[in-house]
Formats: sequence, C-alpha cells, structure tokens
Amino acid sequence: MSANRPNALTPSTVAIRRFIKPALFVVCALPLLSLLLGAFGIGGASLGANPVEKIQDTFGQWGLRFLVITLAVTPLRDWFGAPWIVQLRRMLGLYAFFYVLMHFLTWLILDQGFYWSGILKDIGERPFITIGFTALLLLVPLAVTSTNKMMRRLGKRWKSLHRLIYAICLLAVWHYYWQVKADVTEPLIYLAIVLGLLGWRVWKMRPRRASAAMAREPS
Amino acid sequence: MLIRRSRPGDSAAIRPSEITSESVYLGRRKLLQAALMAGVAGIGAGWMSEAGAVSDLKVQRNARYSLSDPPNSYQDITTYNNFYEFGLDKSDPSENSSRFKPSPWTVAVKGEAENTGTFALEDILKPHTIEERIYRLRCVEAWSMVIPWAGVPLADVLKQFKPTSKAKYVAFKTVLRPEEMPGQRMASLDWPYVEGLRIDEAMHPLALLAVGLYGKTLPNQNGAPLRLITPWKYGFKGIKSIVEIRFTERQPPTTWNISAPHEYGFYANVNPKVDHPRWSQARERKIGAGLFGSRVPTLMFNGYEQEVASLYQGMDLKKYY
Repeated sequence: MSANRPNALTPSTVAIRRFIKPALFVVCALPLLSLLLGAFGIGGASLGANPVEKIQDTFGQWGLRFLVITLAVTPLRDWFGAPWIVQLRRMLGLYAFFYVLMHFLTWLILDQGFYWSGILKDIGERPFITIGFTALLLLVPLAVTSTNKMMRRLGKRWKSLHRLIYAICLLAVWHYYWQVKADVTEPLIYLAIVLGLLGWRVWKMRPRRASAAMAREPS
Repeated sequence: MLIRRSRPGDSAAIRPSEITSESVYLGRRKLLQAALMAGVAGIGAGWMSEAGAVSDLKVQRNARYSLSDPPNSYQDITTYNNFYEFGLDKSDPSENSSRFKPSPWTVAVKGEAENTGTFALEDILKPHTIEERIYRLRCVEAWSMVIPWAGVPLADVLKQFKPTSKAKYVAFKTVLRPEEMPGQRMASLDWPYVEGLRIDEAMHPLALLAVGLYGKTLPNQNGAPLRLITPWKYGFKGIKSIVEIRFTERQPPTTWNISAPHEYGFYANVNPKVDHPRWSQARERKIGAGLFGSRVPTLMFNGYEQEVASLYQGMDLKKYY
C-alpha cells in the first residue's frame, strides 16, 4: 500500500482488535453521549434554550469533523509511517456517516417535524440544504459498501467508488460555509484543511510518476 | 394576536418548563441578592458577574401592549443571545460580558433636532414611567421568544429632543469598546453597530426603548443599559447599548444591510411571505417549546399587523424587505 516502512510503534493485530478499536469506538461516541447527558439533564448537563438547534449543530459539526478525520487517515499513515491506522478508517468513516445521518434526521424530525411541503421546498430551493442533502446521498453507497464482503466483490472499483469522499468533504464544507451568518472563519479553516489533505494526495502522485518514468528509462 | 390559546384552568396547557422558569426566576433573585451582599462584604465579587449586576426597577404593566403568552424563562432570555459584540455563539454574550460597564452612561443626541447634546441616561428617563410590556421577539434566524421588557416608549423620549421637520429618520449607534467587548476585536461586522428607523416607525407607540427585563435592569448580554425594541421587525433591528441617537434627513446605513445587502434590508419587517435568501421565514421555532415542540407559523409583522400595517401601505414589501 505504501512505500513507507512501518515504524517500531506498530501495535500488534491483537492489540488493535482487542483494545484500540473498542477504545476508538467509545471515544467516537462521546459527542453522542454528551447530547444524551444534556437531553436527560444528567450531571447538570443541559442542551440550553434551543435544544433542537444544539443537537442539530452538534451532529453536523461532528459529521464534518469525522469526514475530515477519515480523509486524513491516508496522509497520516504516510507522514508517521503507520500503515496500521488504515485499519481504523472504516470505523471513522461509518461514524462520519452516522453523525451526518443524525444531523439530517434531527432536521427532518425535530426541526421540521415531518412538515413535508417545507422539507421538499428546502431541499429543492435552498442551495445550502441541497448541497448538504447531496453529500448525505453520496455517503450512502460508501456506508453500504464498507463491509469486507463488498470490498472483495467490488475489487479495484471499491477504491474508485470510495474516492467520492473527496467530493463529499468539499460539499460538506460548502454546506457549512453557506449557512454561516457573518463570520466565515471556521468554515474557511475546514476548507483549508480539506484542500490541504486533497492537495497532498495530488502532490504525492507527481514525484512517483516522475520516478516511475525515470525507472523505465532505457539503460 | 392577544388571544390566549389555552383556557383558564387548563392545567395541561402549562408546560413543565414554565413552572421551572418561575422558580429559576425566584432562585436567581435570591442568588443575586446573596451575591450583592457578598459583593458589599468584599468577597465573592467574581461570581457576581455571572448574571451581571442587575437591580430592581419600578415598572407599570402596560396591558394593552402585552401578549398573554407565557414569557420565556429568565434563564433562556439571558443565556441565548445574539450580541456579536461579545462573540458569535448564543452563549458568548452571557459568558463574555461581565467586564462591560453599563454605568455611568450617556447618550449623544445629534442631527435634525432642537434639543441636541449629551445627556445622562437618568436624565433622559426621569420624566417617564417605566412600563412593562410583554412582546414577542422574532429573530431573523427563525426562532422567537416572549420577553417581559421594561422600558419607555421611544416616541416619548424622541419628543424630548424636539426633532425638526427635516428629521425623516432616526439613526442609532452602539457603544464601541473593544477592550470590554471581545467580539468587537473581530471583523465579523463593521463596528460600531448602527441601526435606523423611519421617523414614523420610531414614533409608533409599539417602539420601545428598553432598560430592563423581568422587572430588573438589563443584563449586559441583553444590551445594557439601553436598547431598542421594535417587535414587528426582526430582532437585529433592536440595537443594543445605545450611545448615540441622530435625527437625519436621509435613510441611515444599518449594520446587517452593510454586511449582506441582499439578505438584510433596512426595513426588516417580520414577513412570513418574504423568505431570507437562504432559509424560509414561514415558520419559527418557539424557544422553550422543548425537544418536540415543532415550529409554528410566523405571523405577518410578528403578530402586530393591526397596529403597524398602515405604516407600509402601498409599499412593495418584497422590494423593501
């Protein structure tokens, strides 16, 4: 997969399966847990004056964050010489899908209350909602084909299909940028990170082609 | 608009949140009294600032201009605020405004009026009775609250300054104090915040200069010590911490209109038929309705149509949004 040598800190397969993955699963669920604590007022937690907005924003923010984290796995693998972290990517991607889906369902059920005429109008006529909805739709095939069985069945096409995440991340940032009222600093930070992660992939392709071409040079 | 939806004695219509709000309200008072006493004793001054140093006001309820809807809790009204001078998040104003000093306060009156100059806030308010009015506040972000404001009719205050016949508009300005208002150190909007009204809008009996809420002076996060309330317009017209009132012949610039002219107009009247370019204004979320309280239809002029529609007769409200 990568030319990088695994460094000395590579955990064993057993450690990944028994400890790292379960720990990651719990950590990734913390945003959901914080909402549940707030919703039930456990330990003095609260969702504030506008609980629906709070839930929707939290899900949306973490959906975007997990998309970016998932996109960062490959570069991080190469930068830190840690091929094993690729084994965590599926869980991160599925969490991204989960939070994005919850963000959408919160809007559909708690915010709009199944008010279908308004919902369809919004999806059709409000560009930022159209964009967000498109990103969600594009995530569905990725979630569906995330199993080992589907990976085997799709073979090489699996990788091409899952490159959809590049477009999804850009759509998600655009969706965020467009709904901000005055200060676009935060969406622009996300944009910079996504462009950095995508740009690095492009940059990585170049020298490799050049060296491959050189290697093919007749001696 | 003043029709009570629940019948008297219909206890099922009283949501638990309303009952809590009262106890929270009373609890706060106790806390504040304790905090004030602690402050006098020279201890615990730090946590006094949490709700700001508010004091009781003598108010007289104006029933004619009050909704019968139950008001939102003091907690909700003072922790869910749009006041970008203190930050962009709704919780920022209550968290970041403790260093703001709303007293002493003066207001500079300028422009097309006979009685211009700089006036102490107490002197401006002295001739007037402070009224309590329960208004609905409809934010341009499609949520609403019911708030028991304390204030004086804007018209009564403006008349003190004797505007001339050239005074066609009134412009307002918020204080500029980046050292006390951390949001003003960011370029999110053009500071200081400015707003304006046509003179007939400003003279409308519904327009209120608020100095308090829930029978107490305004907390910093709600625009202490003096703010505008025009309940038939979106909340952002209600400029806070006012230091300047200027009578002008021409329509004055307004901050959100400068920031995004195609999204926020000078008039900013609540209108369910004219959507914000990015979201619908047809329905609103009532703050305090809880997790499963769905949106309710937004009313023309926020329910104040009878009172204010005549101000805009013959105007294309799609054009003058």
